[in-house]
Amino acid sequence: MSERAAAAATGVAAVAARTLNKTFGGVQALRAASFAAHAGEVHALVGENGAGKSTLIKILGGRFPPDSGTILLDGEPVRFSGPADATRRGIGTVFQELTLLPWLTVAENLLFGREPRGAGGLIRRASLATDAEAVLARLGISHIDPRAQVAEISLSERQIVEIARVVTKKPRILFLDEPTSSLVEREVAWLFERIRELRALGTAIVFTSHRWNEITSIADRITIYRNGSEVGTFTEIEEGEAITLMTGRRVDALYPKLPLLSAGAKDMLALTEATIPGLATPIGQPASDLSFHLRAGEILGIGGLAGQGHRELFLGLFGAPPLARGKIAVGGKPLRIHRPSHAINAGLGIALVPEDRKTEGLLLPLSVRYNLTLPILRRISRVGVIRAPTEGRMSREIITALGVRTPSAAQRVGALSGGNQQKVLVGRWLLAESRILLLYDVTRGVDVATRHEIYDLIMRLAGEERAILLYSSDTEELAHLCHRVLVLRDGRVAAELVPPVLTAEAIVSASMRQARAA
Amino acid sequence: MPRDSGEGAGARWRSPASHAFGQHIGLILAAAILLVAIIIFSVMFVIQQHRLPGNFEITSTVNNTMPLALAAIGQTIVVLTRGIDLSVGGVIDLTNALAAILLRPNLGNQLAVSVIIILIGAAGGLINGLLVGLGRLQPIVVTLATLSIYQGLAIRVLPQPGGAVPPGYTGFLVNPNAPTALVFLLIAIVLWLGLRRTRLGVDIFAIGADEQAAIALGVRTVRTKIIAYTLAGALYAIAGLFLAATATAGDATTGDSYTLTSIVAIVLGGVSFFGGRGSAIGAIAGAFIITMIVNILFFAKINPLYQAFYEGLFLVIAVVLGALIGRLVRARR
Ligand SMILES: Nc1ncnc2c1ncn2[C@@H]1O[C@H](COP(=O)(O)OP(=O)(O)OP(=O)(O)O)[C@@H](O)[C@H]1O
Ligand SMILES: [Mg+2]
Repeated sequence: MSERAAAAATGVAAVAARTLNKTFGGVQALRAASFAAHAGEVHALVGENGAGKSTLIKILGGRFPPDSGTILLDGEPVRFSGPADATRRGIGTVFQELTLLPWLTVAENLLFGREPRGAGGLIRRASLATDAEAVLARLGISHIDPRAQVAEISLSERQIVEIARVVTKKPRILFLDEPTSSLVEREVAWLFERIRELRALGTAIVFTSHRWNEITSIADRITIYRNGSEVGTFTEIEEGEAITLMTGRRVDALYPKLPLLSAGAKDMLALTEATIPGLATPIGQPASDLSFHLRAGEILGIGGLAGQGHRELFLGLFGAPPLARGKIAVGGKPLRIHRPSHAINAGLGIALVPEDRKTEGLLLPLSVRYNLTLPILRRISRVGVIRAPTEGRMSREIITALGVRTPSAAQRVGALSGGNQQKVLVGRWLLAESRILLLYDVTRGVDVATRHEIYDLIMRLAGEERAILLYSSDTEELAHLCHRVLVLRDGRVAAELVPPVLTAEAIVSASMRQARAA
Repeated sequence: MPRDSGEGAGARWRSPASHAFGQHIGLILAAAILLVAIIIFSVMFVIQQHRLPGNFEITSTVNNTMPLALAAIGQTIVVLTRGIDLSVGGVIDLTNALAAILLRPNLGNQLAVSVIIILIGAAGGLINGLLVGLGRLQPIVVTLATLSIYQGLAIRVLPQPGGAVPPGYTGFLVNPNAPTALVFLLIAIVLWLGLRRTRLGVDIFAIGADEQAAIALGVRTVRTKIIAYTLAGALYAIAGLFLAATATAGDATTGDSYTLTSIVAIVLGGVSFFGGRGSAIGAIAGAFIITMIVNILFFAKINPLYQAFYEGLFLVIAVVLGALIGRLVRARR
């Protein structure tokens, strides 16, 4: 690592930025920001939510020009006329908010702009799928159907397709903006293998991540951003020190203590013999049946490999769409949940923080305030008219409590950084005072400091006798935050882990062992 | 990175046919609705006329549908970019009026006039495209405004219905003796399938699916939108020519109804108003469904005063049924 870093430090940077400034409305996303990455290095770009990482990457990827400042490729100043121009110059970018087209197939997306051509220069639609399959296979991906529409595949699969699309173009400079946030460990391992291959070929790779273990396992150098500027670039740095540089303050032990679960805690949510919709059942086996109880004050983790029905389970408990079969009881009373309003209005209030905040949770063109108070409009209205002062006060409280970085409550949610959007989504259900929280990968794309705050928040919520169902793509997180973890496989509970065997390794091996046994 | 569960990858995939079915469900439904309409019509026809519909019925149905089918293809291209074009009626009015006063019996004139009129239609579309693309204005507002402008121009060109379309011209476009106009539809379909296989076609779909993503992918969205509206304008002009040929005379208000019917046709044809999904072939089917509904009402001896009411009723039924079936099919998979 140090050898490579030393080589890098002497040569001319493959890509560099000097004194970049970028302002959005009133927000200065970049202030005199600098950055440099060399050929053949993996360069991590880290910083809090809203630090300006994505803005830097978008500028270097040709999405938009900076207000001022210089971009250098191999030491030469350049100006991009657009993303296509940047691509032509050998830059490949996986943007944080994916850029796949939902109604096109995986193959059409994967080969977008380089479709196979036949007679008269016309696209050979017939061979799109087979070409795509070959491209995926070369990258070691065999589980994604190139003929499926992107709208039909899961978020992690979309992320992989997006990465594949950029990587196959063999860019000289590769930007990956939070490529791992929706990937599980095995998929991350796959990505890192690809990154190592590209590094060996001399590609300059820049990636952002909020997971420190990923950064230390692959990065040759680390650049820290804070408030739109570079704080420093390091070859070797301790996590604690890095966090202090990112946040400007010290953050203590990452995982908080779990609140004790009282023995007589009553059932808040019971699921019996549910069937996950749309999950292919292996032939010869009965339809999946999934049962569990969730008690007041309990944090129940749902683990297992991707595609085993977690997402469908969480959406199903929220009625979006409902589970195919099975009984749901809330607070001991049987309940039919056919659409989200049933869940929200159920005696104890079920809240879902969904996976894809862009399409399932937030109304991007509307204000932060509106997004926060949407489910409680009735409560804060008098004779059908929203009481603006109450609405304003409540949303400001949440913004402060969660440290949402926004110029005001009136800002468009779509203009916030990824992590801050996630905070708004969590904040919404805090306001709604739901008693049952379904948290699906809540810390996805959230920075260390905020993640710490969200952990504390989860503990506080559990301490208030709320029941929490938690899924995380980060197994460490599951192991540390939950009283109990159910490992899913093919839509059924394959293992139930409780302390002392509740560790990240145990979760992983439970899901793998089950997988191999099949 | 094989599938986590380690299953054979291929086994999990749905067959290509199943994918095609799901991805073309709108088109398949449109074809099914059209088939039902044709059957209903034929049954009524046999009951009243004691014979099957023949050459005359088929020819007049095809000829009457041509203008709407062409307008609907244009509308499809615009709606695929997540736009909408209300100026259809105005462009048809204008081009129809121009055709009525400019066309002469000699071939050279007819050729030149047709080309000029198509270019005028394209220019009308280009104005829409420039305002929507470069001006970043809402398509609905832009095309509502240009609709009125083109309608006004049409009235200037032809204040009273009149003019004359040479019989030779009519015979070529809408031969009254045989459904030869189907050839033009076939050409349109071939061109459409070709467009789907060009950069432009892919870009039109991309913009409609997610404009921001398309920009990030390097699609030149402004340019593509301008071309889309221009192409649509040219198609409306061709529709105007066919309309003039069918009526053998011009009328500066005859195109007005096409704004709405072209939209209805594409809805029936399974084109998504949210952009990015749909097909001109579906739109053509939608146009034929509308003609068949009119035919059915004629044979049901509906009082012409109530015709609009029943047309609306049938359309609602067709759209609702289509949506329901579509949802059922999607839920089953
Ligand atoms: N299009 C936009 N309009 C308005 N403000 C914006 C826009 N894009 C970014 N910002 C603001 O610029 C700042 C930097 O955002 P950026 O997305 O670069 O952060 P980030 O470091 O990538 O954060 P995260 O880790 O959450 O992804 C944020 O305060 C954000 O709200
Ligand atoms: Mg970001």
